[in-house]
Amino acid sequence: MPVIKFQKTLERNITLLAVATLVVVAIGGIVEIAPLFYIHQTVERVQGIRPLTPLEQAGRDIYVREGCYTCHSQMIRPFRDEVERYGHYSLAAESMYDHPFQWGSERTGPDLARVGARYSDEWHTQHLKDPRSVVPESIMPPYGFLADKDLDPEAYGGHLVALKDVGVPYSKDDVANAQADMQAQGSAESDSAALKKRYPDAQARDFDGNPSRLTEMDALIAYLQQLGTHVDFRKVQPQEEDQR
Amino acid sequence: MDMTAERSIGWTILAAAALLMAAGAHDSAFSIHMTIMALAGFAAAFATANGIGFLKPSLADLSGRYDDQVVRWGVLATVFWGVVGLLVGLVIAAQLAFPQLNIEPYLNFGRLRPLHTSAVIFAFGGNALLATSFYVVQRTGRVRLAFPSLARFVFWGYQLFIVLAATGYLLGVTEAREYAEPEWYVDLWLTVVWVSYAAVFIGTIVRRKEPHIYVANWFYLAFIITIAILHIVNNLSMPVSFLGSKSYSAFAGVQDALTQWWYGHNAVGFFLTAGFLAMMYYFVPKQAERPVYSYKLSIVHFWSLIFLYIWAGPHHLHYTALPDWAQTLGMVFSIMLWMPSWGGMINGLMTLNGAWDKIRTDPIIRMMVAALAFYGMSTFEGPMMSVKTVNSLSHYTNWTIGHVHSGALGWNGMITFAAIYYLVPRLWHRERLYSLRFVNWHFWLAIVGIALYASSMWVAGITQGLMWREYGADGYLVYSFADVVKAMHPYYVMRIGGGLLYFAGALMMTWNVYKTIRGDLREEAPLHQARFDPAGDKPLPARA
Repeated sequence: MPVIKFQKTLERNITLLAVATLVVVAIGGIVEIAPLFYIHQTVERVQGIRPLTPLEQAGRDIYVREGCYTCHSQMIRPFRDEVERYGHYSLAAESMYDHPFQWGSERTGPDLARVGARYSDEWHTQHLKDPRSVVPESIMPPYGFLADKDLDPEAYGGHLVALKDVGVPYSKDDVANAQADMQAQGSAESDSAALKKRYPDAQARDFDGNPSRLTEMDALIAYLQQLGTHVDFRKVQPQEEDQR
Repeated sequence: MDMTAERSIGWTILAAAALLMAAGAHDSAFSIHMTIMALAGFAAAFATANGIGFLKPSLADLSGRYDDQVVRWGVLATVFWGVVGLLVGLVIAAQLAFPQLNIEPYLNFGRLRPLHTSAVIFAFGGNALLATSFYVVQRTGRVRLAFPSLARFVFWGYQLFIVLAATGYLLGVTEAREYAEPEWYVDLWLTVVWVSYAAVFIGTIVRRKEPHIYVANWFYLAFIITIAILHIVNNLSMPVSFLGSKSYSAFAGVQDALTQWWYGHNAVGFFLTAGFLAMMYYFVPKQAERPVYSYKLSIVHFWSLIFLYIWAGPHHLHYTALPDWAQTLGMVFSIMLWMPSWGGMINGLMTLNGAWDKIRTDPIIRMMVAALAFYGMSTFEGPMMSVKTVNSLSHYTNWTIGHVHSGALGWNGMITFAAIYYLVPRLWHRERLYSLRFVNWHFWLAIVGIALYASSMWVAGITQGLMWREYGADGYLVYSFADVVKAMHPYYVMRIGGGLLYFAGALMMTWNVYKTIRGDLREEAPLHQARFDPAGDKPLPARA
């Protein structure tokens, strides 16, 4: 058989064997992944999607650091029960600035893609400090230590620069004002007009019930409270029906 | 040519550089990691300068035998990390049943879970692959390892990678992409180690004395090459600072998700499948004392396996925002993957043709057969779960956890244990294992453990999936999310039982390995063991 003969050549020559292996394993990845970067419809643009504010992004860093993705998904599938439980199914555009994506693979806890604005800040603070005090059945670990860790707004501009380098459209202005924006968003008193000019629907207030400090708890709750809130589905729905 | 002094100075310079980076670090985790790297560098400099044994082949190994020192270290590391990985697994299983066991911040579930997965996949599995590949490539090429110093660097460099990754998770240093959690500088270090590994492995094949490259080496080669590509592409990221631990993935959203699961699924496909099939192709024929069943089948299933596996990643993203065409492609290739997977299983099982009685008399063969059976089972279950309708129920549930563990505990664990039992008496030049009866006990503890683990997670997963989508006659969802969490409790407790049994088996193996290395023999009724001729276990002499 010619195939066997070819194999006998390959298995006597390590260079040929290695090159053949490389070519064979490369094909699938190239055909499947490369087009996602070029096909325009992969991520359909949706109004309302914006990069995270510095405080929200700092909260996302904490979400990543604590491994929240090991139990919580951020990807609602288009099924009746999921849409009723969690809200409109997730759109590709809603994670287009997520480096890395946090869609998750397990729901030991509920999906969080649209958890924003569903619970009060007080509920989140209490729940993160002692999950079973608000949900008796919960098996979530406690995260009370976040309320005792201060954020470092001074150094945060560098994070936005790194994100800008990988494609998140932060402007020079956004980077320069990262520190001010972070402080403005996390406290009740300071003026948040400049912040809202840069991030129109940003919510600015003291999130963790401790106005004297800007903590990791503030950041994480600011991140959670905006999840899934940017697209106005009342406007999107009629468009979807038009297309039918 | 003696380069001892130059090498030692080189290590000292690298260590000093790491120390400088530790001093200028932007965050404490990076500082701790650079200090660990510096200590490792100074240790390497000291060991090189003083000619400490484990950095060069020992005298016994030099006298006409294979270079097995690094293999012995690899076997010990496999046993050690296996026990650690399983123990962390037990802890996080217990945390899900009894959440009071979370100790914030360092020992919370979210930080321990990647520690468990990395410890069992990369530390236990990775060391098993390193050790066996260095053992097998020498025997099948009838030649000693190429670049012996580099081989030792690969071993110790890989252990450093494990230590950095593991401590990083506890400190919260993570990229939060499954099975690729280590941060950018740990990734760079692994790249250096992996390229060195490829150089030693391929270099040894280049110097082989046998004209043909044995089938096990095709699989090891595919594993080494593919993991290199996957690791580099998937870990492309932008550090916030070159003196800090944080980085952001080069990709976002949909593209990041598919890149990650292209990596994630092929970590299974090439690390946990191709690499372990390589082990199977050497150790099963050796222990059964029968040739591999079919050469043609091995050709067909090797090329089709490595071609098809790469496509299957999107089945982790069914019904997500990933475009439908990619999901469908992933599903179709996952189903096709069933056949080459079973090709491997059939080739392994049928190798026992004419030696089926050994399943009864040889506990090591029994372990290998069980491993192949679990391999066949989970590679049937996998394609089934990648069908979109099945996946709509199984995704996000504990069914996935059950599936993974029937493969990991059944296939990867059992074939590794069997290889360790084969290797230890041969590597330490002992007459036989301390106890073959212990192997038998280990087998049954593991089997019952897996059965308990997998069945509890299957039932838990299907229960979970059905409860989430249950509608009442009134047209409303019946269960709140918290109801479903509560319903999982008994299954989580049962799983701990399964894990405990499996862990007890691993402890028996540790004891057995320890006693064998010490040279003890347990007095017991003999069981069958494969023949071994130490005189023949040596490289062919160089041509005059």
